[in-house]
Amino acid sequence: MSQSVEIGNVTCSFKATEAGGLLYTAIRDVSLAVQDGEFVSIVGPTGCGKSTLLNVTAGLLRPSSGSVTVFGEPLNELNRHAGYMFQADALLPWLTARENVSLGLELGGMAKTEAAGVAQKWLNRVGLSAHGSRYPYQLSGGMKKRVALAQCLVMQPKIILMDEPFSALDVQTRQLMENELLEIWSEEKMSVLFVTHDLEEAISLADRVVVLSAGPAACILAEFPVEIERPRDVTEIVQSPRYLQVHKEIWNCLKVEVLKSHARSRSGAN
Amino acid sequence: MESLRINFYRLLLLAAIIGVWQMNAYFGWVPKFFVGNPVDIFSKIFSWFSFGSIYRHLGVTLVETLLSFVIGAAAGVTVGLWLALSPTWSRVLDPFIKAANSMPRLILAPIFAIWFGLGIWSKVALGVTLVFFIVFFNVHQGVREVSPVVLANVRMLGATRAQLIRRVYVPSALTWVFSSLHLSVGMAFVGAVIGEYLGSAAGVGYLILQAESIFDIDTVIAGILTLSAFALLLDWTVSLFERRLLVWMPPRS
Repeated sequence: MSQSVEIGNVTCSFKATEAGGLLYTAIRDVSLAVQDGEFVSIVGPTGCGKSTLLNVTAGLLRPSSGSVTVFGEPLNELNRHAGYMFQADALLPWLTARENVSLGLELGGMAKTEAAGVAQKWLNRVGLSAHGSRYPYQLSGGMKKRVALAQCLVMQPKIILMDEPFSALDVQTRQLMENELLEIWSEEKMSVLFVTHDLEEAISLADRVVVLSAGPAACILAEFPVEIERPRDVTEIVQSPRYLQVHKEIWNCLKVEVLKSHARSRSGAN
Repeated sequence: MESLRINFYRLLLLAAIIGVWQMNAYFGWVPKFFVGNPVDIFSKIFSWFSFGSIYRHLGVTLVETLLSFVIGAAAGVTVGLWLALSPTWSRVLDPFIKAANSMPRLILAPIFAIWFGLGIWSKVALGVTLVFFIVFFNVHQGVREVSPVVLANVRMLGATRAQLIRRVYVPSALTWVFSSLHLSVGMAFVGAVIGEYLGSAAGVGYLILQAESIFDIDTVIAGILTLSAFALLLDWTVSLFERRLLVWMPPRS
């Protein structure tokens, strides 16, 4: 198997305006390789620089030092192989669901009617066949996430970057979406880099779970192979012995960091 | 049922106001010279519309309003987009724009009359100076309010700089323009009427000006009422357009 993404010793620092121009380091010396078709989850306490890592991989953010390699080539601009599913609502409010999905194709020069046809296919795929003409404000939170997923998938990216995409959903909708994501992934076989703060979600989806330390200057603490057979059902997987074992291992590692981050935010607040 | 009752009360109130007004004309509590009387005012309006003499003036006012709006809005969108997307020019021109906007626009009317004559263009110029700034500030706001996540998303979907402007910045800016449509069309109308009132050869403002100079209070009030009705009609038309242009927005509750 070849590598789709290789992050080598990446450090990211910003000038923090609220701290009076002091340099804030979000991630330090992070190295991570993702295999083609691999599903990797990244967990870590809140504010540990998980999104920074995704933004660097997307090419939206230049690392201060270190390198990002995508399919063997150094990344110097936006990552053209990657689709990005954001945590916040990123749909264009003035476009219908179908127009949102077809947008990427049209930007790439596909004719409008053809793009609409392909978009409809993807809307069907994520279970929104009847809702193509609705505007985002007319859709529920779960439906918006489906549109965002279709918008990202329609470009057939080889890499998908997901930043806590389902964190705003209720538990049932979320598990439904996770199962659908796994199903689509098993058919399309793209690499997925899935950022979450929810350990259960991380384990039930991924081949490998990467634990980031508490920020600032977060680094990778450990990696855990999940090794639970597929296809998986996220609602049932939590009862399997292997799941419980992995969960315990990772939690032992993560617990310390969560407490650290918690203590830091409390001392910051006082 | 409830709304029927409310409408009934409204009609009752209107009838009472007109009744007291007309009684005043009859009993002379306040001299008719100052407040006019409804019967004469409405017969004036009726004759305007039945003989058709008003249509030319309404037409002139409407044309001035539309031209002011279209020219002012086009300029506002263009300059607003340009400045919102080029920070350097925005900073250079900032004090000039603030100064120009703080100027009382009516003061310019005599200058426009000298530049453009007493025809429609001096009124259009006045309206444009009013509309331009409303649209300009809204476009500026619209571009700045574009969500960074939406921008990042569209960039990831492969948009070039030009596509970003066309697919994200312009729609976002237009949203703000459309949602201030009532205000800007209203201002275009104000510009037209005030312009006419300060010196013109046609238009409803001109009718009022003429009547005022011979102390014909009935005609002045008839003109004002006609203008008000016209403004309501204009506002209602804008609402129709607005609903079509902003279908993607959640309805205001």
